[in-house]
Amino acid sequence: MRLRLATAAALALTLTACAPSTSSPSGTPSDGGARTGTLKVWLFDEPNRAPKEKVVQEAVAEFTASHPGTSVDVQYIAVDTRSERFKGAFNDPGSAPDVVEYGNTDLPEYAAAGGLADVGAIADADLTADARASATYEGTLLGVPWYLGVRALYYRTDVFQELGLKVPATLAEVTTTARTIRTKKPELFGLAVGGKYTYAAMPFVWAHGGEITDLDSAPARAGLRAYTDLIKPDNCPPQQCADLTGGKTVDLFASGKAAMGILGNFNRAAVDAGAAKGKYAVVPLPGVTAGSVAPAFAGGNNLGIMKNAQRPALAADFLTLLASKKYQARMYDAMGNLPTLKSASDEVAGQDPFVKPFLDTIAAGTKFVPLDPGWGKIDAGAVLPTMIEKVATGKATVEQATADAAQQIDAALTK
Amino acid sequence: MRSRFTALWLLLPAALVLAALFAYPMYQLGLISVLDFTQAQVSGGQPTRFVGLDNYTRLLGDGQFWSVLLATVGFAAACVIATLAVGAALAVLLTRVSRIPRLLLSLAAMAAWAVPAVSGSTVWMFLFDTDLGFVNQLLGLDGYNWFYGRYTAFALVGAAVVWAAFPFVMVTLYAGISAIPGSVVEAAALDGASTWRAFWQIIVPMLRPVLAIVVIQSIIWDFKIFTQIYVMTRGGGLAGQNLTLNVYAYQQAFASSEYGLGSAIGVVMMLILLAVTLLYLRTLRRSGEPL
Repeated sequence: MRLRLATAAALALTLTACAPSTSSPSGTPSDGGARTGTLKVWLFDEPNRAPKEKVVQEAVAEFTASHPGTSVDVQYIAVDTRSERFKGAFNDPGSAPDVVEYGNTDLPEYAAAGGLADVGAIADADLTADARASATYEGTLLGVPWYLGVRALYYRTDVFQELGLKVPATLAEVTTTARTIRTKKPELFGLAVGGKYTYAAMPFVWAHGGEITDLDSAPARAGLRAYTDLIKPDNCPPQQCADLTGGKTVDLFASGKAAMGILGNFNRAAVDAGAAKGKYAVVPLPGVTAGSVAPAFAGGNNLGIMKNAQRPALAADFLTLLASKKYQARMYDAMGNLPTLKSASDEVAGQDPFVKPFLDTIAAGTKFVPLDPGWGKIDAGAVLPTMIEKVATGKATVEQATADAAQQIDAALTK
Repeated sequence: MRSRFTALWLLLPAALVLAALFAYPMYQLGLISVLDFTQAQVSGGQPTRFVGLDNYTRLLGDGQFWSVLLATVGFAAACVIATLAVGAALAVLLTRVSRIPRLLLSLAAMAAWAVPAVSGSTVWMFLFDTDLGFVNQLLGLDGYNWFYGRYTAFALVGAAVVWAAFPFVMVTLYAGISAIPGSVVEAAALDGASTWRAFWQIIVPMLRPVLAIVVIQSIIWDFKIFTQIYVMTRGGGLAGQNLTLNVYAYQQAFASSEYGLGSAIGVVMMLILLAVTLLYLRTLRRSGEPL
């Protein structure tokens, strides 16, 4: 009986393990592969996918018309589980797609896994330099930036008018304005900030001259202090704000519970669906000095070709079409995604004034996460949110929290 | 001699199944834990490298690992005790009440048991939501964040864990209690034993084998807690204050594709659980009749 119990216990604590098997990438067929057949494409699923799907179908129709004997199988994969899907595709060349959409912060991890092909030969020369840099890993262009997303300062015009406030011109003014609003209208948060909203915190660090790779430097600490000072009862109390994600701050601004928010161009639809519709305006998030812009995080998605694609030549043609000026402009109309081609973004800016603050933010220079396979580890380990939350909840001083985070980041980055 | 062979023959099918299901994965787990094995190695981008005990020294040298381990042990212990107390109390209650209340209680417990952990945790999270939660509205605690404090967050997650785990304990113990001959309890009552005393000195000793299974299962489940923590505290709570070992392993190892380190954590967890279980079985054996 004792043995049986021990066996039962061992049974219950079994941990599954994957065999340490290693697949060898089959490599690209040197002749470009078959010119007919089915091209497999993976794109990201979106909360509101219909408009994106419509544009993609137009592109597919145009592609199959000019490439007889082909068909395109587009799969929309869930963003949450993309990592597993991609790892699976890298491991099993047989079921891998040809063309993939992927988030630009995932690039180093995929690149280190050796899963993506060089697309330098087909990328448009018109790509903006920042966009090109965000898809380059160790000197090789491993994706064509398809669209960008940047964040700027949304504010409620009606609240500002009622309280007679001016649009803040520096980060310090953002803070004082936020506190004034909270004092005069205690039911509102001045500026919606969150402990888990890394991409709102980083512009504060960058604006003060800090970098993700030197968080324990004086400028980075000043930036983090400026951000965490906003998670205080006089703006956004820690009880409510310390664990907010970016998505939650969008909800707060959209539902009219916050007078300002650091939101992306891609959040426009969400805001327009809420109580704030028609009562807000957007400016670039200001920097430390008047007239400057706090560097924004250059989020966005790339289109890439898998290294083990079966039809690389067809894949290159389809990618070129989907990343072309025409379809970038259509994707903007459908989804609000900022084009990466200068000509397309100029065209969009001419048609829609909403996009101007975001393009101004991009023009002022954007920043990116370290292009290193270790970034995935820093991200998965929640190093930056933990740092912000420690300070916001008073568990650590800015000095301690940044020192811990800097040490973890140093350990994770491979170079 | 012949009977010995017969026993071995009869054991063979089970042994084969066990070897395939456990020995091989455990061998792989041990093997990966001494390799530098990340996504790059899995997909063949880089060669696999033997690193000896590097993964283990890295893990044991990490201060966070120890604080997470301590929190996990404390949390699991509290959950096991609470689950057993609630489960045992309700099992006794089941034997005392009439048919209809017994049916209702069983149905309610089965319903809690049947709810998938993710859904259950999400419902608990909604109930205790800061702004819109039913509990906050009921108590007039608008804007109170239950997940802000480390201990309130752990207590809430613990409540959800107990809620999901007590039905198993209750049903198993109820079955055990029902199997005790009524004459034994009656004899104790005739000898003047109070209900309380009869429970501790008659029922509990007779339930020992069942209790052992229930306790070991609870320890293993609660030590390996993942879903409730991951869902309710959104991956470990504010600044990682509610991390438990499994969530920590997932975050540090699997989400970051550090399979070598993840396997090392798996091996360490397995050893701890094995030690706890063997220790418990040994104490049981020492303190009374053999199981």
